[in-house]
Amino acid sequence: MEVLFYIFSAIMIVSGLGVVASRNPVTSAMCLVGSFLGLAALFIQLDAFFIGIIQILVYAGAVMVLFLFIIMLLDLKAEEKKSVNYMAFAGGLILALIFMVQLSAVLSNFEAGDVGFTPRQAQLTLDKDLAGLPESANEKLREDKLPDVHLVGRMIFTKYNFPLQVVGVLLLVSTVGVIILSKRKLS
Amino acid sequence: MAIVVKRPKLSILEKMYLPGIIKGLWITLSHAINRLRGKSKKVTMQYPEEKWDDQLPEYYRGAPALVTDEQGRERCVSCQLCEFICPPRAIKIIPGEIEKGDTWEKVEKQPATFDIDMIRCIYCGMCEEVCPEQAIYLRKDYVITGESREEMVHDKDKLYEIGGVRVGLVNKWNELK
Amino acid sequence: MTELLTILYSLIEPTIKIVVLVFMVILPMVAYSVYAERRFSALLQDRVGPNRVGIPFTKISLAGLGQPMADGLKFILKEDLTPGHVRKFYYWLAPALTMVPALLTCAVLPFGGHLKLPFFDEPFQMVIADLDVGILFVFAIASLGVYGIVLAGWASNSKYPFIGGVRSSSQMISYEISLGLSVIPILMIYGDLNLGSIVQQQHEKGWALLPVTLDGFMPVFSFRDIVLLVPLLISFVIFVTSLFAETNRLPFDLPECETELVAGYHTEYSSMKFALFFLGEYAAMIIGSGFAVTLFLGGWSLPFGWGGNGEESLFWGLVAIGTFFAKVIGFILFFIWVRWSIPRFRYDQLMRLGWVFFFEIALFNILLTAGILMFFG
Ligand code: SF4
Ligand code: SF4
Repeated sequence: MEVLFYIFSAIMIVSGLGVVASRNPVTSAMCLVGSFLGLAALFIQLDAFFIGIIQILVYAGAVMVLFLFIIMLLDLKAEEKKSVNYMAFAGGLILALIFMVQLSAVLSNFEAGDVGFTPRQAQLTLDKDLAGLPESANEKLREDKLPDVHLVGRMIFTKYNFPLQVVGVLLLVSTVGVIILSKRKLS
Repeated sequence: MAIVVKRPKLSILEKMYLPGIIKGLWITLSHAINRLRGKSKKVTMQYPEEKWDDQLPEYYRGAPALVTDEQGRERCVSCQLCEFICPPRAIKIIPGEIEKGDTWEKVEKQPATFDIDMIRCIYCGMCEEVCPEQAIYLRKDYVITGESREEMVHDKDKLYEIGGVRVGLVNKWNELK
Repeated sequence: MTELLTILYSLIEPTIKIVVLVFMVILPMVAYSVYAERRFSALLQDRVGPNRVGIPFTKISLAGLGQPMADGLKFILKEDLTPGHVRKFYYWLAPALTMVPALLTCAVLPFGGHLKLPFFDEPFQMVIADLDVGILFVFAIASLGVYGIVLAGWASNSKYPFIGGVRSSSQMISYEISLGLSVIPILMIYGDLNLGSIVQQQHEKGWALLPVTLDGFMPVFSFRDIVLLVPLLISFVIFVTSLFAETNRLPFDLPECETELVAGYHTEYSSMKFALFFLGEYAAMIIGSGFAVTLFLGGWSLPFGWGGNGEESLFWGLVAIGTFFAKVIGFILFFIWVRWSIPRFRYDQLMRLGWVFFFEIALFNILLTAGILMFFG
């Protein structure tokens, strides 16, 4: 199945380049969608179905549609005709190179990286019956399958409950803020 | 003056749409059920098999045609008024004399050829209106078909065939039409 | 080499399922639901509908069953016009982008229980991909469907399609929320995202909206399930209404409403490209009906826990498949019935309905379900 990994990685890289290189903002946006889809496929290959699907649902399905929406409402012509700023181009290239060097340096010192793609092994060291999971999920654990939705849900609502609440409040605050900003007159 | 329309105040039930929607659904469904039980009749006529002919109104405007009078003479005197009035220029007339030796030879003219292009004709009835001799009428024929443009041009023979005989006064405004 | 062979071997079963389900069932169903729409709407309005086309060159008309074929031929033979002012690449891409997601979602649709074929030990599961996150997959892929419409509106480079595209994107995003929220009570009750196991549970305990099984002739039900009917019914109404909005069907077909926008986002399209939009809409409707049936009406299971899931015998497996498609066809007829009965909503009414009413009611409904589940333990 490594073939699939390379296929989807290639899709991601090509469309990632497309985002940066294309002059038309709509093409950029669509390339970004393609890149998200490739990423989702990679997640799914790692047995992380939930994250992969959410990646599509949230980013490709909702956020990028809004992006596209805004891009279409704006005038594209100006962006297409803008000449390339070579200084900024060189700066960006250098930054990307530095980042790549740093990443490879970190990865070469990272032992867990040698283990290979065995997310299941890591997961199955867990207890076979986790408290608070429905019976169907426990059954899957016993069968050496990964009920990842249940596990993610359990984690969020037990171990990371407080951060979840904080994030919720944060989102609420920003929503209220947006509503106040979009209303011209407050009566 | 602007008219102010007062919006009716809707009750809560009406605001919910639901009762209205259910009522609407029931009306359409009852039509379907009645159709299936054979209680109500379809309104569609299936054309080539079922025709509208016997319900055509008196004033129906079908294909224009030439008529002869009770003595079998052509009424048209080829004055060409219809040719001039015809909005889409569907009529083409070449005026001619009545044959030598005919009793009515000296009385009037008659068309040598009289063509109506039925692809052009818009069934407006102007020709009928304008004709001083009551020689051209719109009949109730509406099935005018053909496989070529030539077939769609009605010549004199065809026009008399459709038109037939028309008896009565040459009087434009009497009731007899 | 052997690894490759095993991979290829494991692909045989899904491929057969895909070919049979998508190309031999869903696509003909799409074509025939257009025919059904025209005949049924004629029935509702005291008309006749297409009843002529039968076997070519004979007088046998078969009540017009040949009509879809004739329509398809017409679409293929029509001039395929690409206007000069469009953005070509996206103009060509958009029709495909509406059709593909609509068909992709049927991968997780359980269209039957199991099928025990002769000469095979293991019964086959009647679903293309038995995903554990089935419902999320559906929402994720369905949310990609909006790209086709938005790009069509933008690429056409004229005003009516553009307004249609803008309308549809905001409409679909808004109703995706209430659609998603209305499903959550189902997920809470069954504790699973796998559509197959949701249907299996409904098969054992009665449908979500008919939680009764028969023991002989004695109805068996639990008090908890009866109380749960309240939130489930609310969910069902919200789900179905949002489904209408998501599939751009009347009364919510504002992206293409003729009276205001000529034909909305597909104004500039002709021939087969238009047909793809047209059929994509019907495919979305069929698969949407499939999900409504799967989530709320017991999927492939017979009511009252009758029958089996096909693991034991071929007969019950076939019955399950038949039941599923019968239900889906019933639901499609409901779609058509609503379309020909209810006038179009105004755009502000649509948005108000989605954001002010359905969103709040669905949230409250989740709370209610949680309360009931907690009360009964
Ligand atoms: S009916 Fe009108 S269009 Fe036809 S021939 Fe007479 S004048 Fe011309
Ligand atoms: S107006 Fe009458 S009389 Fe004159 S040419 Fe036409 S049909 Fe003949």
